[in-house]
Amino acid sequence: MAELALPKNSRVTQGVSHPVPQGAKNPRQFQIYRWNPDTGENPRIDTYNIDLDKCGPMVLDALIHIKSDVDSTLTFRRSCREGICGSCAMNIDGTNTLACIHAISDIEGPVKIYPLPHMPVVKDLVPDLNHVYAQYQSIKPWLEVESAAPSRERLQSPEDREKLDGLYECILCFCCSTSCPSYWWNGDRFLGPAILLQAYRWLADSRDEHMGERLDALEDPFRLYRCHTIMNCTKTCPKGLNPAKAIAEIKKLMIERR
Amino acid sequence: MSIRTPLAIARNHGAAKDGVHHWWMQRLTALALVPLVLWFVISIISMAGASYERFTGWVSNPLVAALLIALLVATFYHAAIGLQVIYEDYISNHLRRRVIDVVTKFILTLLGLVSIIAVIGLAVGV
Repeated sequence: MAELALPKNSRVTQGVSHPVPQGAKNPRQFQIYRWNPDTGENPRIDTYNIDLDKCGPMVLDALIHIKSDVDSTLTFRRSCREGICGSCAMNIDGTNTLACIHAISDIEGPVKIYPLPHMPVVKDLVPDLNHVYAQYQSIKPWLEVESAAPSRERLQSPEDREKLDGLYECILCFCCSTSCPSYWWNGDRFLGPAILLQAYRWLADSRDEHMGERLDALEDPFRLYRCHTIMNCTKTCPKGLNPAKAIAEIKKLMIERR
Repeated sequence: MSIRTPLAIARNHGAAKDGVHHWWMQRLTALALVPLVLWFVISIISMAGASYERFTGWVSNPLVAALLIALLVATFYHAAIGLQVIYEDYISNHLRRRVIDVVTKFILTLLGLVSIIAVIGLAVGV
């Protein structure tokens, strides 16, 4: 029947609290989701009171400060620290975003940090992304052509190139897919906004010759049509892209070819 | 954890090559229902307190009967395919989802047929 509560082993408990450091002039509280697969314990929320004068302005700076100076067991992904790699995607202050470009000063009250919603957790803030990566691979995110390879670049007019604007900038952080209720309930089959935006990026590419095959592979009640234009994807995208519009464009192509 | 590869799980049964028709019909029936429902509600309100004969006389107009049947077809079809989407979203057990969907479609088909026959009965004065 309907499951109205989390399973027993998923209920989040109150964890350790780290006090305000001595002499802190600019204290701030961070409440961070912790889960260790090795202990068999339930996930918990650890509280860290840190001095913001000891770290940079972004949420990622605070996480790095906590890991370096307070609690080295805190686990999270990060790499570029400038919003281009997508590694530090997590749920901050109730919204999926990139820790590296989300300013602490934009958050009121304690800073609450959880992993991306509804994904299997590997540890702490690290979600298991194997399935989304496999879904990405399944849409063949590369140029598919039948014509013989030209002796020079494959030409594209500036107008056709413009059609890829708003699509190519996606960094595959999966903030959008993990904010989508349809993806939460049917993520095993629904491709989700991130992958559908990528699928449209190749449908919209004037150099690609496999539009028909690509549409065939998307024409499915679950892969594409689980999107009910909820628009959480567009609202949450830390890069300001519009996956919902890309999905609508795919639906238009589906009608056009009938 | 499965020992199947992530790609095998993601590709699963492949695309059903279906879904456009369902999506399109949901929109077309919604579009048709906007004027039909408005017309129906306004007509019923304007006949509030009228006699039975006046009402049956109204239904026996071929255009009114046709519009009523169109309203019923669009309503029950829209409900059937709309409920299917809701089941697909929220019922994760595949067998239960299928059974509930089939039962719903049978019931809605029956209700739709009964309603249409009732309209025809009124229209031809049986």
